[in-house]
Amino acid sequence: MTVTVDPGPVATQTPTRDAVEVVRRARRGPVRHRRRLVGGLALVVAAAFAARVLLGDYTVTIPDFLRILGGEQIPGATYIVMESKLPRAVLAVLAGLAFGVGGAIFQTTLRNPLASPDIVGVSLGASAAAVSAIALAGWTGWPVSAAAVAGALGVALVVRLVAGDHGGFRLVLAGIGMAAAMQSVIQYVFTRVDEYDVQLVLRWLTGSVNGVAWSSIGLFATALVVLLPATAWAARSLEVTELGDDAASGLGVGRGRTDLLMFLAVLLVAVAVAAAGPIAFVAFLSGPIARALNQGRTTLLASGLVGAAIVLVGDYAGAYAFADLNLPVGIVTGAFGAPFLLWLLARGPLNGHRGRRAA
Amino acid sequence: MAVLAHTRPETSNPLGGGPRSRSALPVSVAITIAALAGAGVLSLVVGATWVPLAAIWDSSHPLHPVVEARLERTVLGFAVGGALGLAGALMQGLTRNPLADPGILGVNAGATFAMVVGMTSFGLTAMSQFLPMAFVGAALAALLVHAIASFGRDGATPMKLAITGAALSAGLASWTTGLLLADRKTMETFRFWQVGTIGGRGFDVLLTGLPFLVVGALLALAGARLLNTLALGEDLARGLGRRTTRDRLVIGLAIVLLAGTATALAGPIAFVGLVVPHVVRGLAGPDYARVLPLSMAAGAVLVVVADTVGRIVLPPSEVQVGIMAAVVGVPVFIALIRRTGRAL
Repeated sequence: MTVTVDPGPVATQTPTRDAVEVVRRARRGPVRHRRRLVGGLALVVAAAFAARVLLGDYTVTIPDFLRILGGEQIPGATYIVMESKLPRAVLAVLAGLAFGVGGAIFQTTLRNPLASPDIVGVSLGASAAAVSAIALAGWTGWPVSAAAVAGALGVALVVRLVAGDHGGFRLVLAGIGMAAAMQSVIQYVFTRVDEYDVQLVLRWLTGSVNGVAWSSIGLFATALVVLLPATAWAARSLEVTELGDDAASGLGVGRGRTDLLMFLAVLLVAVAVAAAGPIAFVAFLSGPIARALNQGRTTLLASGLVGAAIVLVGDYAGAYAFADLNLPVGIVTGAFGAPFLLWLLARGPLNGHRGRRAA
Repeated sequence: MAVLAHTRPETSNPLGGGPRSRSALPVSVAITIAALAGAGVLSLVVGATWVPLAAIWDSSHPLHPVVEARLERTVLGFAVGGALGLAGALMQGLTRNPLADPGILGVNAGATFAMVVGMTSFGLTAMSQFLPMAFVGAALAALLVHAIASFGRDGATPMKLAITGAALSAGLASWTTGLLLADRKTMETFRFWQVGTIGGRGFDVLLTGLPFLVVGALLALAGARLLNTLALGEDLARGLGRRTTRDRLVIGLAIVLLAGTATALAGPIAFVGLVVPHVVRGLAGPDYARVLPLSMAAGAVLVVVADTVGRIVLPPSEVQVGIMAAVVGVPVFIALIRRTGRAL
């Protein structure tokens, strides 16, 4: 903590001025820390983005990259950058942001780190609706995103109805049940298609940023341009919401505000799923990591940046870390996110000792 | 299932479950046999091609080969369903947890992962080689989930067990898929197996697994008295002279044999082990001497009926039994959560 209250001077010097100074410093500390954290995370994301685009199996120099962006045709390099590396990196950043912010809103509003959209089935609901729309109805473009939104909202509503007012445990369990059901729907759809494309199945079951057309990325980016500012506006009172419904109402933040925030979070997750699939555990991991880095305080922006970094690094690792194997990012995040979840279950808030860092 | 459900009003007494007298035994045995026979005949007759009853016995009937093909999956369905129903009842009794199920608590995922490791890393190809892997995987997953959920003051609550199981399943699924991606050939055989299916497996596969199912079932049925004592709680059971650790080991072994073999034979099918014991307890009361055999029968009926319905529910496609089980199981799971409420 940057706040150090030194009792010596307070006792000897003029009490009022010193008290004011202490309060001011106490208030400034977290803000300064948060700014530093967001700046640092932005640097990490930028570095990971650069590594994703420039390094790997085909190295591109920075001048070459700028020339390609300027529209110059370099044989081989232009195609690889513009059709493979750059869209993957851009989609990874956008999806990571959306999952990170959406997940943190879920966890904060429901006051349970396990209640993230990927664990309670909202991501898989979006995925099931999207994959049904594509494979069974033959839709493309924005109607797929609309279907994803409908699926996510549907699951969120069912889970909420089942859980009733006392969220917590029941909500997570109901969500796990819904997630299993949605997974069955996705698997069923894939037994219906004639050509079994493994990469496509994995995209919709675990998430992948590989081979997505610029047009869907553009659609996704447009949605984020609207949704992220709206979320920032609606999240002004997030710190109050965190205190629980009753306390929040007492402090003048009604239930409507909370619901609006949750609605926006569901939308964020749904459009991200429509573009990249339900990338496993990113929404779940980002919030707690950002919180731990930020001295136990929730910050949506940092959470989004952590999400972006996770997806970028996971995609890089999946593409290059395992010899000639090209793993979708969702496999990587799932394989390494699950142990974290188990660790959280073993020591975390469910066990009674509510550590600030664990929550 | 339908046949069993009809008897419900008779047993609606406030204690939940009927205190059946000895004279009720023949009745429930008769109902069970009728349900099994009905499900079996339906499974032979119903499908993309409907077969007249005569074709079942008449080997010269033009549709008799269809019946033979369906007989394989029907027998496999009975075996797998019985194993899953029994395993679910054992798990719910052993952990005293209404949400226990080999699928939910990660046992199936552990067996699956171990089998895929065997296929891709050790080049195993035969069912007899898969089975030991499945047992090891199932046992390790069960122990791991229980160990992780047991941390903390309140011990392994149903809720913590279920979430830990789901977390382990999710992680293992990622590792499984990662391994499969490295090995396209295995992926192709795994594609339908992973969903949970009893179609197109053949008798030889079943025969390999059958001895383990029988041993598991015998251990389980012998464990009815152990479970009844354990249901009183750890301290009371010990006070009554039971060696609870040994009892738990016996039942745990039965669960691993049953769930591991079922997974190896038909893929990871969840929710059968969850739904069946609840229905059975509602009908027959809490005595495990009745719950265990009836759960086995009801599980067999449920899987075969689910498989039969899956063939015709969305023509021209076939809905795998694993998916059908989820369709039936998730509403029950959610209803259980609602009913158990804050007690979780």
